[in-house]
Parts: sequence; C-alpha cells; structure tokens
Amino acid sequence: MYIIEMRNITKEFPGIIANDNITLQLKKNEIHALLGENGAGKSTLMSVLFGLYKQEKGSIFKNEEEVFITGPGDANRLGIGMVHQHFKLVHNFTVLENIVLGVETTKSGVLQMKEAREKVLALSKRYGFDIDIDKEIRHISVGMQQRVEILKMLYRDNEILIFDEPTAVLTPQEIEALMKTMKDMAAEGKSILFITHKLDEIKQVADRCSVLRKGKMIGTVDVAETSKEEMSEMMVGRKVVLSLDKAEANIGDTILKVRNLCQKGKADKSGKDRLKNISFDVKAGEILCVAGIEGNGQTDLVYALTGLEEFDSGEIEMEGKDISRAKIRKRTEMGIAHIPEDRHKHGLVLDYTLAYNTILQTYYANFQKTGFLKKQTILDYAKRLIERFDIRSGQGEITSTRAMSGGNQQKVILAREIDRDPKLLIAVQPTRGLDVGAIEYIHKQLLAQRDSGKAVLLVSLELEEVMNVSDRILVMYEGEIVADVDPKHVTFQELGLYMSGAKRDEVSVDAAHVKGDEVTVE
Amino acid sequence: MNRSGFLSFLSSLLVIVIGLLFGLIVLIVSNAEQAFPAARTIATFGFSSMRRVGDVMLHGTPIILTGLSVAFAFKTGLFNIGASGQFMFGGFVAIYIGVEATFLPPWLRILTCIVAAALAGAIWGAIPGLLKAYRNVHEVISSIMTNYIGMFIVVYLIQSFVFDQGRGTSTRLPTESTLPRLGFQNIFREPFFATYRESHVNLGIVLAIAIAILVYVILEKTTFGYELKACGFNPDAAKYAGINQKRSIVFSMMISGALAGTAGALNFMVDTGLSMGVVETLAMEGFTGISVAFLGMNHPIGIIFSGLFVSYIKLGGAQLQPHFSIEMVETVLAIIIYFCAFVFVVKSMLGRGLSKFGRKDKQEGGGAV
Repeated sequence: MYIIEMRNITKEFPGIIANDNITLQLKKNEIHALLGENGAGKSTLMSVLFGLYKQEKGSIFKNEEEVFITGPGDANRLGIGMVHQHFKLVHNFTVLENIVLGVETTKSGVLQMKEAREKVLALSKRYGFDIDIDKEIRHISVGMQQRVEILKMLYRDNEILIFDEPTAVLTPQEIEALMKTMKDMAAEGKSILFITHKLDEIKQVADRCSVLRKGKMIGTVDVAETSKEEMSEMMVGRKVVLSLDKAEANIGDTILKVRNLCQKGKADKSGKDRLKNISFDVKAGEILCVAGIEGNGQTDLVYALTGLEEFDSGEIEMEGKDISRAKIRKRTEMGIAHIPEDRHKHGLVLDYTLAYNTILQTYYANFQKTGFLKKQTILDYAKRLIERFDIRSGQGEITSTRAMSGGNQQKVILAREIDRDPKLLIAVQPTRGLDVGAIEYIHKQLLAQRDSGKAVLLVSLELEEVMNVSDRILVMYEGEIVADVDPKHVTFQELGLYMSGAKRDEVSVDAAHVKGDEVTVE
Repeated sequence: MNRSGFLSFLSSLLVIVIGLLFGLIVLIVSNAEQAFPAARTIATFGFSSMRRVGDVMLHGTPIILTGLSVAFAFKTGLFNIGASGQFMFGGFVAIYIGVEATFLPPWLRILTCIVAAALAGAIWGAIPGLLKAYRNVHEVISSIMTNYIGMFIVVYLIQSFVFDQGRGTSTRLPTESTLPRLGFQNIFREPFFATYRESHVNLGIVLAIAIAILVYVILEKTTFGYELKACGFNPDAAKYAGINQKRSIVFSMMISGALAGTAGALNFMVDTGLSMGVVETLAMEGFTGISVAFLGMNHPIGIIFSGLFVSYIKLGGAQLQPHFSIEMVETVLAIIIYFCAFVFVVKSMLGRGLSKFGRKDKQEGGGAV
C-alpha cells in the first residue's frame, strides 16, 4: 500500500524526454530520497506530482485511488505540499502572514488571525522551531525562511511533503536541524519525498532511495543496505572517484593583493555594508577558496576584483600594479581570468556560436585584421579548444552555445579562460549545476592550473568542494572575512560555525607593503 | 539553407498569407462585390507592367533603408522607433542642400546631400543613444519624443529656409540635384499612346541594395559588428568581455539614425516633384521600417526583399479607389503590413510545431535518439 504512486509517468519537452516511463512509489511514514544529477528529471517529476506540469502518459494514485492533479490547488487538497528550491515567500509580509496566505480565515471579509496564530505557534513548538512569527521575511535568515515554508505545509495539514534540494542554501548546523525535523515529521505520520544529489544526506535520513538518470528510473534501493559508492554509480552510470589526488602546493610570489576593500550597501536593500575591510593575498601556485553562505559578499568581492562593479574604497594590486580603478579589459589583459558565477548572464553570449564564444575577450587581438574577423583562424582555434578540453556539442565549433548542455557550456568558458594563460584564475562556483563527471573534470583543471604556477581564487558554496580542492580557506560572513584557515586543520562543523557567524577569528594579513601602515582586519 | 533560415523564410511567407487573408476579410466587409477584384489588384498590380516594377523599386528604396535602420539597432539590442524623425531630418537636409548649394557641381551636390542627410540622421539618432547610455533613459520613450521634436523642427526649418509659398510645401529640387536615373527609364516604362510612361526609379535603389550589403558585412564580418551584436544579445557578457557598452549603444543608434537619414534623402531626391509638406504628421516611412525589418527577419538581405514586397502591396493598394474609401485602403494595407511584425511569433510557433513533428517521425521510425 502506497500513499502516493506515480505510475509510468512520461513528460516531454521540445527536444527532450524529461521523464521516461517513471514509476515512483512512496510509502506512508517513509523518507524517500530522489537522487539524480542535474537534468536527470527529478524536479520535473515532482512538478508533475505538484500539478505544475501535466504528464503526457501515466497516472498518479493516492491510496490506490487514481487522482488528477491539474494545479497546486489540487495538490494541496490532496495533502501534497512542497518546499521549492527557491522559496515562494512574500518578503514584506510577516512569517504568520506568509503561512496563512492563500488559506486565510475571514469573517465577513475581515481577516481572523487569532486561530491561525495559535495553530502556527503550536506547530512551531512541536517541532522545536525557534521562530518569531511576527518578523518580516526579509529580516530572517535563509534557514528560518525554510522553516516558514515547512510551517506552511504543516499549517495546511499536508501529509505528503516534497523537499526540493532543501540543503543547498543551509549551513551544516542548519542541515543537521532540518534532518532532525524531517525525521520528526516522518515519525508523526508524514511521508516525505526528498530531492537531492548529496549522498551523505540520504544516508543520514532516508529510508529508501530512487535513482533517476537521464529521465529514466534506474531503480529504488533500501538506503541502509546500499553503499554511497553504489548509489553514486547508479546516479552517474559509471564508477566515480569521490576523492581527488592532490599534490602539495608549491607556493610562489604574491599575484593578487587586496587591501581594505569596502563597499557600502545599496539603498534599496537592507543598507548593510556589502564588503567590510576585506584584505587578503593570493599567491602563485595556490588555490585560495572563499567559502560562505550565498549572499555574504562573495559576489560583490568578485565584481570588485574583476571590475564588473566599482567599489568605494581600498586597493587591489595585481603583481604590484594598482588595478583598483582599471577597466575590465585592462584587467583581462593583465592576466586575470574569470569563470563567472552565472554562465548564462556573464559567461556566454548564448546566441553566438561556440567558436565566437571562445574569442569573447580576444577577438580584437589575434582574431582580426584591419577590423575584419578572421573566420578561419577563429574556427581553427575553437577546434583546438574543443579537442583539448573535450567539449561535446551537436555541430562542433559552429554549434549555437544555447543548444549545448550546461556542463559543456561551462567547459567552453573554462577552456577560454585557461587557454588565455592567465596569471590569476578567479573561478566562481565553477561546478554549480554540473553532474559528477563534469565536476571531477573541472576540479582537475583547477588543480592543474595551480600546479602550473597560476594563482587560483575559488569562490564556492559547496563545503565538500571547499575542503577537497583548496589550499587555504577564507570564510566570508556579512561582507567580512571571519576566518583564514587551512583545510587540513579545520572540520566541516567549524567551517559551518564561521559561515553562520557563530564563530570568528582575528584575521590579519602581512601589510608591510601597503604604505607602511599596519593593517589588521577584524 | 539551414533549418533556422528555412524557418525564417517560411514564417515570412506565412505572415504575408495571413495578412492578405485578413485584408481580404476587411475588403469583403466593406464592399463585398469589389472585394475579389480588389484583392487581385493588390496581388498583381506591381507586376502589371515594367513601369510598375520600377515604381515598386522606387517606393521600396526609402523603406528598405528605414528597415535597415530599425534592424541595425535591433541587432544590437535597441529598438529605434525614432526612424521617422531621423528620416525627416535627413530629408530636410538633403532638400536644403539640393536647393541652396547650386554652386557645387551636380554629382558633388548629390553626394553632399546624401552624406549630410546621413549625418543629420546620425546626430538625431545619437540623442536617444546618449540618453540610453549615460542616463539609462529607455530608447523607445526618448526616440518617440525625438520623432515629434524632429517633426516640428523640420516643419519650422522648411518654412524658414526652403518654403515654396505657392505650393505650401518645401521648394522643389532642381533636377540636377535629384538622383540620376541611370537609363532605368528605358527599361522600366510602359507604352502610352505613341510614347512611353516611365518609372522614376533611380540610383536610390542601387544605393539601398549596396548599403544593405554593407550593413551585412559590418554586422557579420567585422570586430565592430561582433561587439555590437554581443551588446545586443547579452549586455552583461559584453561587459564581462570588456566591451565598452556605452560607446556601442551610441554608435549603434548613430548608425541606425544615419540609415534613416539616408532614407530621407533618397526619398525626396527624385525628379517627380515630390516635396516635403509642412503638415504636422510623422513620416510613415519610419514606422513601415519596423514591419519591413521584422518581415525581413532583421537580416539585411532579407530586408531588401521585404522592403520591395511592402512597396509592392502599397502600390497595388493605391489603385483600389474609387471602389473603396482611402481610409479603407489604408486600413487594409496597414493590416497586411503590420501583420508582418508578427513574424517572430509565427516563427517560434512554427519551430515548436516542426520539432514535435520531427520527433514523432523519429520515434515511429524506431530510430534511437
């Protein structure tokens, strides 16, 4: 007897079968993990269950009875709730207002909040959520916002709870708390579907796990009896090396020197400072990693370093030359390469071909003659990169980058940036949204850059990546650097404490070269 | 032809057919008896004689150029709705020089007229460009305003400098200041009693085609075009690549304006006695340019054909009086021409339909995807 059974679901999008004859069975009271790489079809399947998409084939049963879900309203009536990856909250409403939104009790058109307040408080207490329900959403942390989403489901008495990659934005401590909440909820009679691609979490909470790969159901396994390696092999379709071979770092001269970088907050946001007295060095032959929870100033830091945005005060030096106010092109020419956070926003011109994207910063140098593009030279260059970096695409160098997979798009950027032979490589979340194979490849390339004497600045939200790849870790919290640690001497838990602002070190850099002043960053 | 090119062509044809059908419905509603003969006239008149073929090219010249103007801006991510004002400025400057600069030899005078008109259009186009680049004012808003400002200034300038009291319009251009007809009159003519009636088609169409090719080369073959299109497709990536976006926006609007200004020059430098009125209405050529650009899929070479097509339809439509009122004729033409602006919608619908069809085919064939 299954509380929810999705039988033979097929869902197509133009050019791709996102779900191919998938059958998923959810038992009552179980935590069922849905594992798969990006693009495996997990989110599509859940969207079908939640009524956001209509399947072409297959049907859904609740307690053996066929149900037809045409929208989130239907899903809600059937007791299905979902915590989306990107929260659906109204930022200037209070926690309580957000929870009742859509199911408000009214009396002759006037809101009745008293009962709602009591119910929400009771629920919050039952699960040990330490939450102020009268605070506005914009003033509470991401972890708290997620609890609001959970309370929304509980308030609606949903029995089937879907979590779409819920841990992506949380600190290790918050993840711990969420795992406990999920177990509590299952114990109270809820059934949980948990979308993730993190094996540790599955091992920790899930009873069973269904694995999707390229739109197909590979199988459902009992978590207790299956090893992580087995699950990852099911997910990727081949054996995966989960750890990286890494030689000792051979550290050289200082390439990038950042001193006292400050950036005031924007008036339209909270007004908090975005960067506060940031100082650090990046040396040749090392991978320096900037860790932190999303939105703690990493993006602002990268924009300041690459010149995408101007900053208020402080200095940036590249090999001893001041580049604080230098134009982007100047910085590029001085040897800064940048793998941007958002490859579609900054990294690629999607309407250009693969070949045209490989010359984005160099078209005016090697690829033109008296203002005319040298087409053959460009195509040959692209061919060389395709070969060297194993970039796969439909039509080779003339493929429209829009038609390429995320991993291969990222390879185009990586190839372009590395092939320019930079002195400093700034890689911002270079593995975001990529599958295990592509992640492995990118990590190897970053290490190869390091080993060839380049300075690498890696900005990452993935703790695993931070710990595996870096030689040194800086942790950012609310626009400040709160820790400068060696990955060999720090634990996940400690990093988590730094990232959530619960712990901080005195961080100082050698400031002898900066106008002789002592620079200490608190 | 590649798939996308084929789709473009197909959808351009389709919007034309849909537009014609809708036009036909309007014709039937307004005068059922004459509707079908009228439709035939629209569809065939442009080919009824060599003179008419010449006329299609003559009237196609300015709208090919305004079409190129709109398309050039569009390729770089800007919507230049101000082609009308730029067109009028270009037209005025050409007329002014053509009338006043009689001290110049004719060929130099004509050249000066065209170059000065292009410059005038570029300057007038630069205003919305500068506002967009440095003040973040949306170019649609500012170019609508420059249309009206331009129109009133031009009316004032005509009345002040090149006004013909008797005709109530701008002074007629001396024939030496008009574009040479290059012997076209001996080809594009029709017999009329013992003599011929000739089309006034001239150097203009040759220039329009040459400019279209030039625009194609700039956009597709040069680093300048690479920069401009990068800014249009993805301004953030262009910034990341170190391309000076502000400069690109201003240049793009200036070139777009120069094309519309040239359209103004070529439009009025004809020996048909055409002159600029002092009525306070915007030049339609600027707006027709939007349809021409879209129908030609913003491709410079496509625009040559779409410009000629729109000209062809207009010429046929102009023959529908007296059976249809002038307002009705204008309505029908507007329906046909502005339907062309839907071409991108049709293309994306067509694209989706075809890919679905193609996939079914493959599956039924049992082939692996």
